Amino acid sequence: MNIIVCIKQVPDTSEVRIDPVTNTIIREGVPAIINPFDENAIEEALLLREEHGGKVTVITMGPPQAETALREALAMGADEAILVSDRCFAASDTLATSYVLSSAIREIGDYDLILTGKQAFDGDTAQVPPGIAEQLGIPQVTFAIGIEAEGRKVRVRRLLEDEFEVVEVRTPVLVSCVKQMNEPRRPGIKSKLAAKKKEIVIWDAACISAEACLCGFDGSPTRVVRTFAPTRSTQGKRFEGEARDSATAVVVALIDEKII
Amino acid sequence: MDFRFTEDEQMIIDAVKELGEEELAPYASEVAEKGEFPTEAIEKCREMDIFAIPVEERWGGLDMGFLMWGTIGELLSYYCQTTGSVYGAHMLAQYPIMHFGNEEQLEKYLVPLTTGEHIGAFGLTEPNAGSDAGSVQTKAELRGDKYILNGTKIFISNGGVAETYVIIANLSPGKGTRGLTAFIVEKGFPGFEFGKDEKKMGWDALPNRELIFQDCEVPVENVLYKPGRGFRVAMETLGVGRIGMAVGAVGLAQAAFDAAILYSQQREQFGQKIAEFQAIQHMMADMATEIEASRLLYQKSAWLKDQGEPFEKVASMAKLYSSETVGRVTSKAVQIHGGVGYTREFPVERYMRDAKLFEIVEGTSEIQRNIIANLLLREYHI
Repeated sequence: MNIIVCIKQVPDTSEVRIDPVTNTIIREGVPAIINPFDENAIEEALLLREEHGGKVTVITMGPPQAETALREALAMGADEAILVSDRCFAASDTLATSYVLSSAIREIGDYDLILTGKQAFDGDTAQVPPGIAEQLGIPQVTFAIGIEAEGRKVRVRRLLEDEFEVVEVRTPVLVSCVKQMNEPRRPGIKSKLAAKKKEIVIWDAACISAEACLCGFDGSPTRVVRTFAPTRSTQGKRFEGEARDSATAVVVALIDEKII
Repeated sequence: MDFRFTEDEQMIIDAVKELGEEELAPYASEVAEKGEFPTEAIEKCREMDIFAIPVEERWGGLDMGFLMWGTIGELLSYYCQTTGSVYGAHMLAQYPIMHFGNEEQLEKYLVPLTTGEHIGAFGLTEPNAGSDAGSVQTKAELRGDKYILNGTKIFISNGGVAETYVIIANLSPGKGTRGLTAFIVEKGFPGFEFGKDEKKMGWDALPNRELIFQDCEVPVENVLYKPGRGFRVAMETLGVGRIGMAVGAVGLAQAAFDAAILYSQQREQFGQKIAEFQAIQHMMADMATEIEASRLLYQKSAWLKDQGEPFEKVASMAKLYSSETVGRVTSKAVQIHGGVGYTREFPVERYMRDAKLFEIVEGTSEIQRNIIANLLLREYHI
């Protein structure tokens, strides 16, 4: 089973601060990490490979420094890594990004499964995975919490608001993964050192036959008019202790506030 | 001279910090409180190849030397004193096998100790042989193709949980150090049992157990190095062990310091943060200075070891100074916390209890001073 995992390098949101004057994200000094949901996708790909054999290829679209995210994926155990990078990809919105990634996936060619995280931690749109599937003309199953593969079929368990949904679908298929799917492995020192020496393939727009007008700013119908930090509301109140006692305290507080 | 770590080393340090923050620190207090061996933490360390650092690559190691081994040990002790002490005690079996073992022993025993599949322990101390290692009474007798061991070891770190033991026994009691012989003993060898697990003032979750040998059969091929040369094995092992103890002491002292300096900037008295009082500032300046000096000492001794140069004197200095430093630093950390520092709500009281052992274990402060003085008089002999 050949699996392609699309990952994104994002700023570690636990350390992100917003510039109060410009309302933009302060990126300096913020460590870059693999989007956490994408780590679940990588882990799932590795588990499926362990069970069924095959190859795991990770790809990312990004600037040259996104290479560190790919090396982390290689350290976890991915077989190959491809960095899709070109100046003309800059400022791509979700549509243009889906176009670039799907063009790269076409170039890879032989695959049964594409795995992604359910959404990226920074943009939170969850539009790229469906976008890739649409561009490739293959089925998509989003918010997966479990995947079982059998021959040319996969059975995917989806995590919905208050129920699970089981979908059976023929490969090739794109599946986006949620956090509860698995516990991503922590690569050992030996794998980290080995991953540093592995080759990372770099493809530019020409390599993936991408048309410039469909990439980057020109290929992006989305226009960001303004970004701003949400206004801070007053801090919530914490009720701690035994569940029974804190539940009682919550009810009393709600009655006092005349909410119930 | 260059104090910077290489890119690879820094990558490992960062990875261990992440491991420490996510997997060790959150459970450190709980582990100590329960007094149970931190099986899960050790498993996480094993998965990260933590036990492979100074071992040659052909035995599954990373070949990164003792300076790196010490640096990682300091971090483990910083995040979880128990995990750090297991790591240190493990080396007391791993090192003598790696240094004195023959090919078969390396293959059979070093490899699983390096992957962490097996935990190691070292048995020298007896009720009547602590600082005086020559008085070991555990007896070894050659019978056919086996040695028969009889005797009792006490306070053995990792005892009971370890699979591989390096045991110092005596072929000819009464002959002082000349009869001492090192044996590799596996958990499960007939006649090898575990006795009492000590209840201690600190180091609650590290097992310190009695090892009981009653007609314990050890194959002759499990003699480490040579019969009658166990004293050298023991002394070289303790030399590395002293670096390990210094490393652990620095890690613990740093943890106590960090807790104190953070607390001093939160706690207010007389309308200001207590960190603004000069009395507190001077304490913190002394603590940080002594920690830095202790760290430099263990780094120097580990560096000398990695260069293949005599390291024993500096290792003893590192052990002596850092173990007394951690005593002072943890005591001041409790002092800075005031009343709450004496409660179990804050970790500093545990740090203070843990600190005391550093001045006793693996050569007391008094023995370290003897070693340093002897080496100095040899160096300055007229």
